[in-house]
Amino acid sequence: MDTAAVFRSPQDPTAAGSAAVRPGGSVTALVRPVEHPLGHLDLLESLAIFIIREVAAESERPVLLFSGGKDSAVLLHLASKAFKPGKIPFPVLHVDTGHNFAEVLAYRDAQVEAEGARLIVASVQDSIDQGRVADPGPIASRNRLQTTTLLDAINAHGFDAAFGGARRDEDKARAKERVLSFRDSFGQWDPKAQRPELWQLYQGRVRPGEHLRAFPLSDWTELDIWQYIWREHIELPSIYYAHEREVIERDGMLLAVSEWVSPETSEEVRKETVRFRTVGDATCTGAVRSSADSVEEIIREVSASRISERGATRADDRFSETAMEDRKREGYF
Amino acid sequence: MTTLPGSPPAGGPELGVDTMDLLRFATIGSVDDGKSTLIGRLLFDTRQLFDDQLTAIETASERRGLGEVDLSFVTDGLRAEREQGITIDVAYRYAATPHRKFVIADCPGHIQYTRNMATGASTADLALVLVDATSGLREQSRRHICIAALLGVDQLVVCANKMDLVGWDRSAYQRIADEMEALARRLGISSCTVIPISALHGDNVVARSDAAPWYDGPTVLDALESARAGGWAAQRGMSRGSGARLPVQWVLRQPGGGRTYAGMVNGGPFRVGDAVVVLPQGAKTTIRAIETADGPLQRAEVGLSVSLRLGDHLDVSRGDLIAAAEGAPKVTDTFEATVCWFQERPLAAGDRLRIKHTTRVAPVVVEDVIGIFDVNELRVVDANVLRENDIGVVKLRTATPLAVDPYEADRITGSFVLIDELTFATIAAGMVGPPRLHD
Repeated sequence: MDTAAVFRSPQDPTAAGSAAVRPGGSVTALVRPVEHPLGHLDLLESLAIFIIREVAAESERPVLLFSGGKDSAVLLHLASKAFKPGKIPFPVLHVDTGHNFAEVLAYRDAQVEAEGARLIVASVQDSIDQGRVADPGPIASRNRLQTTTLLDAINAHGFDAAFGGARRDEDKARAKERVLSFRDSFGQWDPKAQRPELWQLYQGRVRPGEHLRAFPLSDWTELDIWQYIWREHIELPSIYYAHEREVIERDGMLLAVSEWVSPETSEEVRKETVRFRTVGDATCTGAVRSSADSVEEIIREVSASRISERGATRADDRFSETAMEDRKREGYF
Repeated sequence: MTTLPGSPPAGGPELGVDTMDLLRFATIGSVDDGKSTLIGRLLFDTRQLFDDQLTAIETASERRGLGEVDLSFVTDGLRAEREQGITIDVAYRYAATPHRKFVIADCPGHIQYTRNMATGASTADLALVLVDATSGLREQSRRHICIAALLGVDQLVVCANKMDLVGWDRSAYQRIADEMEALARRLGISSCTVIPISALHGDNVVARSDAAPWYDGPTVLDALESARAGGWAAQRGMSRGSGARLPVQWVLRQPGGGRTYAGMVNGGPFRVGDAVVVLPQGAKTTIRAIETADGPLQRAEVGLSVSLRLGDHLDVSRGDLIAAAEGAPKVTDTFEATVCWFQERPLAAGDRLRIKHTTRVAPVVVEDVIGIFDVNELRVVDANVLRENDIGVVKLRTATPLAVDPYEADRITGSFVLIDELTFATIAAGMVGPPRLHD
């Protein structure tokens, strides 16, 4: 079987279905009467709210994982809508690698305060200081170290359910994961023995020491997220929008120059107009060249992109074919 | 510090924000039938497969010395799946056209992973079935079509694949079409479209093929785009009209006093002023208001998460059901059900478990095992126990009464799962009533 035969031909604009699909970025004006009164964003929102309420009701001590990224911003917004006019009935946990974009920390504090939620910060630096994890050095990525910090925080607070903003379109291991994902008392995910998850019967009982990860955004794509941000006027950290920044090119990625990322001798610092497609540990989150400075522009950019979100921006997923599965087995987000 | 995106321009449709609906479909068929190639083709042609993902698939194939690109890697993402070349669990994939978002549950075909296949099919609006035209409908695909039908999937798009290998022979297509249409009729499936395709070459997948001038039906994408969509739970309720229902998830306290009851609408829309009954109590009242985070509504559609304010002060809590007074579900503690058993240990009369039905969890005892559903004969045969992956008919008694509808009338109030009392694992999927068949 030849990939070229199977996949490449539709690149030809006259070939297969180019009229039916969204042609790079600009969306055709083809509007069909929708039989069902609810659109895709209505249904995604409604199901996410349903899942949040269901897990909040069935667990003893839920918590919402919040990184300050766009997905956790949408998650926090949905949690807020699920319990209005009441407050969100669980705290918000930030696993802080210490390698943050300043804009993101300020944003985190403002959002959590606006929701009247309680913020818990679990610090990777504390885990290093306490000898829970080895110090990889001041400039190395702390992405993988977050797992220990996260699991320690879950244990210390006795959380039995943790909401996360992960989406199945991000990665092939995530594509396999249930909405309610069971973790044993070691925090491990066993992809070969997942609980069946039928209908909307999200069933979240666990024994003491075990916990659940709940992913209400499982069926959302990057494009859905941006369309929803547009519809709901959700605020984001400014680094998601195009701005000028000093960057270096490393392993095919643009890394922002910061106190943890400085140029090696062969690397040249350049000022570029960039934005971030994801927000994570500053040492391994790449920027993309972009002039998209509004949500509308980003929706057009995402529609036309030929590179996946993580492929464009995450160095940590490039180490091996099953990097995400391996991290998740250990208890990663 | 933060950027406020500003007020949206009048460009919702152009951005795809309010022109798209949602279709969930599950795939049935084994890798050899060409399922992964078809999904790869659909994803690529709808621009959902990215260049870096393609490169990763090529690299992975090369590393295993396969000599050719293994397209199953598009959906088989787990280490164990790639090692063994099988699909263990459902992979969810996403595609979109200007007016429809697709959620694709790519399901395993092996019998030992029936629980995972059922997971994928339980929320599907439609099943996409792959049949190899060189060999015909396989036993295992037939079994999974039966499970999908029992789970209430009543639209089938059947791809007679590898038509290029049979020289686009019309009679090969016709044999599959005849067999599938007969099976669909027996299973009460309302729509069955059979399409001759070559997934490898893309014939009739997205682009219409010249190879089969005798075929003038839809392509696969046409069929997926014209299928009924809009929420799997809504379909049954709308077509068969079980009536409005809202299982209470959470009680919200409203400013100025009073409470509203939060949950998702199913079975039919609620309107302000509707006469309703709260079950299992049986208290009658009316809908005084419908609240959402975005403000009050006069009418709440099926599939929407809302909260309801009732006309009278009643004791209502999580697990109760608010239902349209007319045609309200039956309240009972004993009922017959069709269950799909996922545990290695057999299910027998006297077993004590937990049941989760809508938002209520209760102890349950198996009063009787009535029989096993034979997927070849399409009938129930006598049996005393259900073994792993059996579909059977049982009689259950619950510790508290439940408000149930027959599954064929309502996919939400007619469904439940059984839970192990010790581990809390989900060990069976259940549907209220006997299997639905049409002779």
